Amino acid sequence: MSQEIIIQGPNVEFSQGAEAAHHDHEHHEQHFIWKYIFSQDHKVISKQFLITGMIWAIIGALFSVFFRLQLGFPDSTFPIMEKFLGEWAKGGKLSPEFYYALVTMHGTILVFFVLTAGLSGTFSNLLIPLQIGARDMASPFMNMLSYWFFFIASVFMFVSLFVQTGPASGGWTTYPPLSALKEASLGSGTGMDLWLISMALFVVSSLLGGLNYISTVLNMRTKGMTMTRMPLTIWAFFFTAVLGVLSFPVLFSGLVLLIFDRNFGTSFYLSEIFIGGKALPHIGGSAILYQHLFWFLGHPEVYIIMLPGMGMASEVLATNSRKPIFGYFAMIISLVGITLLAFLVWAHHMFVTGMSPFLGSIFVLLTLLIAVPSAVKVFNWLTTMWKGNLRFTPAMLFAMGFVSMFISGGLTGIFLGNSALDIHLHDTYFVIAHFHIVMGVSAFFGMFAGIYHWFPKLYGRFMNNTLGYIHFFITFVGAYLIFWPMHYEGIAGMPRRYYDYSAWESFKQFQSLNGFISIVAIVVFFTQLLFVMNFFLSIFRGRKLTNKNPWGSTTLEWTTPIHPGHGNWPGEIPEVHRWPYDFKDDGHGKDFIPQTVPLREGEEAH
Amino acid sequence: MSQATATATTATEPKLWGGGHSPFNVSYGKMMMWFFLLSDAFTFGALLIAYGTTRFFSAVWPDANQVFKSFPFLEGMNLPLLFVSLMTFILIMSSVTMVLAVHAGHYGDKKNVVKWLLWTIVGGICFLSCQAWEWTHLHHEGGWWGSFTADNTPLSAFQGFFDVKRDGLATVAASGMRSTHDFFNYFFTITGFHGCHVLSGVCFNIMILVNTVNGTYQRRGHYEMVEKCGLYWHFVDLVWVFVFTCFYLL
Repeated sequence: MSQEIIIQGPNVEFSQGAEAAHHDHEHHEQHFIWKYIFSQDHKVISKQFLITGMIWAIIGALFSVFFRLQLGFPDSTFPIMEKFLGEWAKGGKLSPEFYYALVTMHGTILVFFVLTAGLSGTFSNLLIPLQIGARDMASPFMNMLSYWFFFIASVFMFVSLFVQTGPASGGWTTYPPLSALKEASLGSGTGMDLWLISMALFVVSSLLGGLNYISTVLNMRTKGMTMTRMPLTIWAFFFTAVLGVLSFPVLFSGLVLLIFDRNFGTSFYLSEIFIGGKALPHIGGSAILYQHLFWFLGHPEVYIIMLPGMGMASEVLATNSRKPIFGYFAMIISLVGITLLAFLVWAHHMFVTGMSPFLGSIFVLLTLLIAVPSAVKVFNWLTTMWKGNLRFTPAMLFAMGFVSMFISGGLTGIFLGNSALDIHLHDTYFVIAHFHIVMGVSAFFGMFAGIYHWFPKLYGRFMNNTLGYIHFFITFVGAYLIFWPMHYEGIAGMPRRYYDYSAWESFKQFQSLNGFISIVAIVVFFTQLLFVMNFFLSIFRGRKLTNKNPWGSTTLEWTTPIHPGHGNWPGEIPEVHRWPYDFKDDGHGKDFIPQTVPLREGEEAH
Repeated sequence: MSQATATATTATEPKLWGGGHSPFNVSYGKMMMWFFLLSDAFTFGALLIAYGTTRFFSAVWPDANQVFKSFPFLEGMNLPLLFVSLMTFILIMSSVTMVLAVHAGHYGDKKNVVKWLLWTIVGGICFLSCQAWEWTHLHHEGGWWGSFTADNTPLSAFQGFFDVKRDGLATVAASGMRSTHDFFNYFFTITGFHGCHVLSGVCFNIMILVNTVNGTYQRRGHYEMVEKCGLYWHFVDLVWVFVFTCFYLL
């Protein structure tokens, strides 16, 4: 009886604003606050995530510039740092305590606030409803809450930068005992409390978002949009959400226990510890337990960061190669494989914690298995481009850069996944190089590809191409120049997290190399500012779109008006008749057939 | 009924996963609840596994029959696990009344929805009160977060929690305090976390009770909200079964 009422989604009416309003008195212009701030429109929420993420990215990257100055030029002083950091960089020299705070915050900000919320928050929100043909998310209200929880989490993290004892400084993984004992270091005090509050809120935000993405993809597809007609972006966002919904709660449990250890005298992670010669009352805990709980999130987190980039690169590569994606089903199956394996490999972060070598060998096997679906994806991207009619838009370049970085960083993952090699390489610059290339730069390239490609959908204008090319080439070359040398430093045994390598006989030889890396890092940082400038100027001054479908894409988001209102499509939602990669002769001189076009007579579906 | 209409129109029946409708024939809200519960199961799973590993690495562990042997107003009698059996019974009965409320909702039977929701709320509050009593009782016995750490704690303070005959007095003396400390840390954290879930469940139930009384669902044409809260309530009960097993039975 009432089943129909229940199952249809939320009642989002299409509203274009005043011009569509006729004389209908219900359709008056929404107030600014409801339209742009507490908006429930997925497109506005997507922009909110994107811009908040960009602000965080600038802060996080600026931090890396500060500590790269210290690492590259340990004997020099940089008075400008004192302007930014005050007492923490007295006389222009970074204090050791704040160095640790900076690397911790750099990691936390980039991993969680930029590449999780900023990436999947932006593009899952923008593309899921648009590409599956829905008026909005399943629950627009929860979607709005998801952003605002992220915002509050951001506020707490931001405030922690300004407390007197500094932000958390025990590394982005916040291992106990350093993170569990308030007296262990400066950043273990208030800064760590704020870090925990912020991350707990972040988990809530991620959960609200993830539940929405999953149910929207499963429930709200338009007529004809079967699961196997969904663009690979949607598959990627779907599995990203699954990963988040299943792994973040475990981090949450881990953090709850950590909060008890910090504040209520429990010993979940603590045992027989002395501070200043005085024994602490904690008995019977295990610091390794935290690592298990943390990495059960921590490893899937890597794929939460990677999958959106993979999906968007697939989409951008196929569109700009004017060729169907190679191995559509293989792409989906490899996503499934990655998602499953992501939950079974966490202990490869812990090979040197004294775990049983037998257990280690199992995790080696499972870890190396991930190379299989990853390689399937790489080959599919390469064969998609093979003999394609390539259009080198900035988005395409970044998508190709994504593949390049994914290969380079992925290969070193095979080194690190071997527990025997890991004994030597663990916690060295080899690890830094590996994960920065594969999940830092690569994920960023996926994000840039997405921003350049879908900017016309977001703002109805193009970004500046010339600036885009400059941005790409400097970033691409710069990223390799920064991280490639770190492999050598790592193989030579140079450990991460040290404040001053010039003090070590073994690592003095790398001083000029470190200086070089730092200079490139600064150049790359300013290039990103160029991108930010391009982004904001293009919102207001960019070349206007004259065509709904500027890239000749097949997918549904390009069937909406140039400035879609809330509800996305005026009138009926289009029906889908074919898969999303029909880049072929349409019989009228065009090289693509949109998903909304019915199959011609005698034409075989993919 | 919807199935009947579906079979009647087989000619134009859309494919199950063909888009344009929910493949599971389930609303987004219910689907979100299911996925949320899956997520929450991982939260509890992580906590219980953490408990399990800590216990596995302990030389001795407090014996549930010794720790939980009191009953309100019958102090001094040896009634192992009797009180927790009562608590569990109450919670499971409240699940039964929830089922009845959901069932009444299917028929739009407002009066019965109100009646059974009320009983569910009463059951939840009884469970929470029992938990409050048990916590207070254990607190009087010295248990709390961070208890049993002082070096000069006498053996007598925690000996009573163990099955000394089975474990041997020497082992209890050597590592009993540490495992008592761990035991209470986990006990209060996990049952507390579960209690928070029960408490929020009671709050949700009160909210939907108010809505039912006001006729909100009658006007909406369905009692799906009761179903969703029902899912949550059953989940909280299910989690209790695991918590109960881990702390009281194993």
